[in-house]
Amino acid sequence: MLSTKLNLPLLAILCAARAAHAAPPDAYLLHNARVVCVSSPTLERGDVVIRKGMIEAVGVDLKAPADAWVIDATGLTVYPGFIDALSTWALPGAAPPGPTARGTSAAQPAPTAPANAPPPSKGPEDRPLSATFYRAADHISPTDPVIATMRDGGFTTAVVFPTNNIFAGQGAVIDLAGDRPGSMVVAAPAGQYLSMKTNGFSSFPGSLMGTIAYIRQLYLDADHYKLAQSIYASHPQGLQRPAYDENLEGLNASPRALLPAHRAVEIDRMLHLAEQLKLKAVLYGGEEAWRWTGPLKQSGVPVLVSLKWPERPKEADPALEDPLRILEYREKAPGTPAALAKAGVRFAFFSDGLAKPADIRKSLKRALDAGLSKDDAIRALTLSPAEIYGIADRTGSIEPGKIANLTVTSGDWFDDKTKVKFTFVDGQQYDPQPEDTKKPEDAVKTTEATN
Amino acid sequence: MKLFGALLCCSCCFAASTVIQNATVMTVTKGTYTGSIVIENGKIAAAGPNLPVPAGATVVDAKGKWVIPGIIDCHSHIAAESINEGSISVAAMVGIEDVLNPEDIAIYRALAGGVTSANILHGSADSIGGKCELIKLRWGKDAEGLKFQGGPPEIKFALGENPKRRGESGFGTGPQNLRYPATRMGVEDVIREAFTEAKAYQASWKEYEDKKAQGKVAIPPARDLKLEPLVEVMEGKRIVNVHCYRQDEILMILRVAHDFNFKPILQHVLEGYKVADEIAASGATASTFSDWWSYKVEAYDAIPWNAALMARKGIIVSLNSDDAELMRHLNTEAAKAMKYGDLTRDEALAMVTINPAKQLHVDHLVGSIEPGKDADLAIYDGDPLSTLSKVTQVYIDGDLYFDRDKDLAGRPEIEKERKLLITKAADRAKQDAKNAKKDTDKDKDKEKPSR
Repeated sequence: MLSTKLNLPLLAILCAARAAHAAPPDAYLLHNARVVCVSSPTLERGDVVIRKGMIEAVGVDLKAPADAWVIDATGLTVYPGFIDALSTWALPGAAPPGPTARGTSAAQPAPTAPANAPPPSKGPEDRPLSATFYRAADHISPTDPVIATMRDGGFTTAVVFPTNNIFAGQGAVIDLAGDRPGSMVVAAPAGQYLSMKTNGFSSFPGSLMGTIAYIRQLYLDADHYKLAQSIYASHPQGLQRPAYDENLEGLNASPRALLPAHRAVEIDRMLHLAEQLKLKAVLYGGEEAWRWTGPLKQSGVPVLVSLKWPERPKEADPALEDPLRILEYREKAPGTPAALAKAGVRFAFFSDGLAKPADIRKSLKRALDAGLSKDDAIRALTLSPAEIYGIADRTGSIEPGKIANLTVTSGDWFDDKTKVKFTFVDGQQYDPQPEDTKKPEDAVKTTEATN
Repeated sequence: MKLFGALLCCSCCFAASTVIQNATVMTVTKGTYTGSIVIENGKIAAAGPNLPVPAGATVVDAKGKWVIPGIIDCHSHIAAESINEGSISVAAMVGIEDVLNPEDIAIYRALAGGVTSANILHGSADSIGGKCELIKLRWGKDAEGLKFQGGPPEIKFALGENPKRRGESGFGTGPQNLRYPATRMGVEDVIREAFTEAKAYQASWKEYEDKKAQGKVAIPPARDLKLEPLVEVMEGKRIVNVHCYRQDEILMILRVAHDFNFKPILQHVLEGYKVADEIAASGATASTFSDWWSYKVEAYDAIPWNAALMARKGIIVSLNSDDAELMRHLNTEAAKAMKYGDLTRDEALAMVTINPAKQLHVDHLVGSIEPGKDADLAIYDGDPLSTLSKVTQVYIDGDLYFDRDKDLAGRPEIEKERKLLITKAADRAKQDAKNAKKDTDKDKDKEKPSR
């Protein structure tokens, strides 16, 4: 709270500096732009009216409302604001480790004395590496410099998750602008983030199969918790009271589960687990999803495709010969989006730690080189993630009534020369930061390095 | 996909029926003959010296070659992405099923050694370890496709040095992480305690069912994935594999098995020859090494006559690998029992075919060449019990999964593909470096005027 207060004067200065106008207007008309609506055909010379944070009208030759600022957007292209479908932007430090986390989490404070070290987890009942109750929406940092950097790169929205545990917590869809965390949140909880972390040799779970067994037990426990609570609520007399469990509460509050799945073997494994536990699942990773399009299509489970394409590690021994399978894994990963689009599997992109907008666009272009159409690429940055998170009724495309999140560029997004001219987030216009003052990228790097 | 394609194409050329002709056939259970095997719908339809060829059948001329039932390895750790949940002494909730890796190259290599089925065991870190998985080496299929259908589920127990090591004060993870038990006595206690807990769990369900039958309101017990497998053991539905060495611990587990109503497969059982009468009387079976010894203190009293001596006492004995390399020549491991112990050819071969099938309760499906059984066959270019012989073809369920000639012929293609991918990746890296240089040059140009 303190930090937001400190920021207000700064914001006021910025507003004053932008123009002589006292306050930004309620309404805008973007005139004569190429409007890529995504949910409907592109308008080559279209207009968009924005009012009170929402899109009021989309069409050709719209009459400017009397109170609207008119922006001549001739030659510019308007996209729905891009969405990072799985992110930790604005969540510095992501989340605390679970009650018995040991060894694996960077965010964990070093134990000062052995007495302070958490005891080894002895089984699922100790809820190891679990913080299902941790809500990203409660931990948004509006001053995180990455917000402006990524907004300048065309992103208006991110689905942010804590990521530090097996059950890391509940994500939130946030808009990338605002001085208060509350006004940035578009929807929460967005789902529960799961990882396949292990807890070291002497604390459960100490193996991949231990982690999977734990996940299975926790979901069973969550179902039982619901049942036991409901039976007890209607017959409290003469029944033993079921114990309160924050992790089961958190799990039952999560509308979907994000499961890691990079290789085909892992995709197959997670699809089976999701089916067995009847989870509403979303897979993230997807590097080898091109090999598994059939089962993915059949399951209806969407995939969040990492934009960090696998590469040979820089420190790898130059003399070491990679087997064909590894080479193929690297070479064909960028073909995943095209393969998923062809098979009709819903997918969206996520930044996966890429710190520069330029790198994100470079990765997208490799997907295009591997056969993805531009339309499908834009969809995977806009409407598809909105659909995956169940918020396509309010964002993800340019339609009247939706949130006015727009990315306005100098031309086709996949043209090297194209620049972001400005963005609208919740109906507010944001100009990119001038090139020479653009230092937040370095700031991001520094925080990463100190982690 | 070319790699997989090349290896998979073997199983694609599946015809309605296949006849292997002119071979020396070692049925293991019904003697040896020169003649044919007719395969229909994945099963052995007929086996004998003079068989008519069904119309449209694919004929394989095996003149000069030998056919044996596909080898079954009763103790293996391939094809899994984790083996030990070593954190806790009772880890019955974990299972190899969850972490099968159908792309482990060890599968293909074992297949090339005539192995068609393998018992993939949890490791020996825990008194009660995880669930095991019997697989067929269907190279190219997914995890589900590896599973052996028709056998009972299994679990792993372990006695002696490995499970107690974590409790010994010299163990490296610090005193706070020491785990009970630290002695052989403790191992027995952990196992008995776990079964006692499982009995209580069983009773809690019965109590709930009784209450429900009486029309009383009751909350069902929470399902416990750790105790459910132990209940199944006591109900005779789950096979127990017990890792053991010394005669004292062998006798101990036989008493425990008697008390909790199961007949284990004794794994390793290197001192089994000392207590063979007791093992035979208990109904337990034994799976051992041909001639590994002295690799740890509890293995000092091993002798290469162990398998034969136990077999002569009427115990069903198998020889296993416990190792991805040894797994590739289990035929010669069996042959050693002829040198050490004077077993007949059939008795020796039985130790890697029908005997493990009996131990795993799948002898109605595999383990010998008899009509009605799965067509799991290994073809050798000479006497299968000779070190000079090589596997030329392997069939599983009547499908060709390994063909030595095709493998050799396909290698140049794989190498070509590999080189191509390496070149592509190198070219891209060069291009990226060039672009990066261009960018920095541009930046330098920009900086100049400001200086």
